Amino acid sequence: MTSGLAVHGLSKNFGGLQVARNLTLSLPNGARTALIGPNGAGKTTFANLLTGVLKPTSGTILLNGKSVGKMSESERVRAGIAKTFQITNLFRDLTVRENIRLPILERERRTNKVFCHSDGIPELECEIFQLLEDLALTPLADKPVRGLAYGQQRLVELALTLALKPKVLILDEPAAGVPSTESHLIVQAIKRLPADLSVLIIEHDMQLVFEVANRIIVLVNGAILLDGTPQEVISNREVRELYLGADHG
Amino acid sequence: MTNATDQVSIRRKMGRLAPVLPALIVSVAAAIAFILFPYDLAFLTRIVIMMIFVLSFDLILGYAGIATLGHAAMYGCGAYAAGLVSLHLASDPLIGLLAGAVAGALIAWISGCVLLRAQGVALLMISIAVTMVLQETASQARWLTGGADGLAGITVSPLLGMFEFDFVGQVAFVYSVCILIAVLIFCCILASSPFGLALRGIEGSASRMRAIGTPVYRRKVTVYVIAGAIAGIAGALAAQVTGLVGIEVFNFSLSADVMVMLIVGGAGRLYGALVGTLVFMVVHHIAAGIDPFNWLFVIGFMLLIIVFALPKGLISLPDRLVALLRRKP
Ligand SMILES: Nc1ncnc2c1ncn2[C@@H]1O[C@H](COP(=O)(O)OP(=O)(O)O)[C@@H](O)[C@H]1O
Ligand SMILES: [Mg+2]
Repeated sequence: MTSGLAVHGLSKNFGGLQVARNLTLSLPNGARTALIGPNGAGKTTFANLLTGVLKPTSGTILLNGKSVGKMSESERVRAGIAKTFQITNLFRDLTVRENIRLPILERERRTNKVFCHSDGIPELECEIFQLLEDLALTPLADKPVRGLAYGQQRLVELALTLALKPKVLILDEPAAGVPSTESHLIVQAIKRLPADLSVLIIEHDMQLVFEVANRIIVLVNGAILLDGTPQEVISNREVRELYLGADHG
Repeated sequence: MTNATDQVSIRRKMGRLAPVLPALIVSVAAAIAFILFPYDLAFLTRIVIMMIFVLSFDLILGYAGIATLGHAAMYGCGAYAAGLVSLHLASDPLIGLLAGAVAGALIAWISGCVLLRAQGVALLMISIAVTMVLQETASQARWLTGGADGLAGITVSPLLGMFEFDFVGQVAFVYSVCILIAVLIFCCILASSPFGLALRGIEGSASRMRAIGTPVYRRKVTVYVIAGAIAGIAGALAAQVTGLVGIEVFNFSLSADVMVMLIVGGAGRLYGALVGTLVFMVVHHIAAGIDPFNWLFVIGFMLLIIVFALPKGLISLPDRLVALLRRKP
């Protein structure tokens, strides 16, 4: 029995296309794991299987030893599995502050409350304030997300998921589209996370990967090519060919 | 951190005052209307009742982003419930309203559990179908509903045991305005609550709401039931002040008109529902008075102009004017 997330024999087919092939791996508490691989390798699909957006063709997913297979997407979030979207998915007409307020209220199980004010709890408002500060979003706090630059929206995307305080955090290319001058904010945010959290980061920016991850999984065509430390991954010939030889994807 | 707490407390104080203002505006406007148009109180009362109905639709379309064409279902059930209660059980108007609210909520719950699983066009179709089935049922269940003749002779006892409903319709008007104010205050509270924010989140991106752990379907059913109760109250009021309920309460055109009124006024802001209803009904009244056969032209033109020039409805007119003036230095 492991604490954290454990995946066993996970497969997913889209019609004839096999996007996850018998994946077995564990993401224990406290792990900082990176998932890399070329475009179309099945990284996002894997993340969606973990969060319940997609149902696997076969295989099991255990959170702290208990199967989450029957849980809906929102039940899994409540159980502690949360992810960011590769393609920003925000509440475009709400302000940045309201965007962050929603996951916090949800985490506190308050979104069914009618007879109180949505910003009525000072501790939660302070938490929003802190998140805004951490991601340098304070000057934009009361602007609608619609009007933000894409890189800023990526940071809001990250803030929404951090606000859930998950036990397993899955980041799907958090730095894609963020200007390099701001990508350190993402690194810092990940480094500030509680130590016992399990983080799975899907990322193409290898510099960022090396900064935050102590374990790297290489996914190619839906199968695990290599699962090891950053050193092992750098020194692996196949991976070098994949990454240095041809396109970055 | 003190900065944050300061900001927070200022926001909270402003938030507390928010529901008082619309209530005040409606009271003042109603008082002025009462004095200026003493012979049109029946028409004004119809406007007020329709405002309640459109407000309830704003909760589901404007806030939660659920488009239906069957909102008359809840209005009609509320009207029949209030009519039946006052004919057979109790003539107190407030009991009738309660019956209307319960009936509206109940039919919203039963139909909502099915139709909120669907989306887009399928949802529209199911909502139309529900209303059609109800209309047919009301027309067939002659023993209960009076069939095509409807329920007639509905009378209610004096309001709070003190105010007799008069022929001119003064009590009916004041009564309806009071209910409108109560509903408006409730809607304002709901809009600024965590639940209201969640509805706007669902409207913005249901998939993101799921990804933050919201049981989206359950929240939709809840708002549908709340809106159903309010629509039921509107139907009940209509039954009480006119003394009649006919199967036209389930007419498709009523559901469509509600949507038009909300779009004309502007969805998702509550005020829009009030402005849209007022403008639609007044224009309708005047146009139908001038030319009883071609008034639909006027309504159609009005809708076209608003949809093209003010896609967010009349309520966005001040913002648009300010933006225009700013552009010209
Ligand atoms: N919903 C879907 N239906 C069919 N094919 C899909 C679907 N989602 C992803 N795919 C396919 O699965 C493969 C893996 O996609 P994805 O998981 O997004 O890869 P990655 O995130 O590694 O770039 C791609 O070939 C993609 O076209
Ligand atoms: Mg991807």
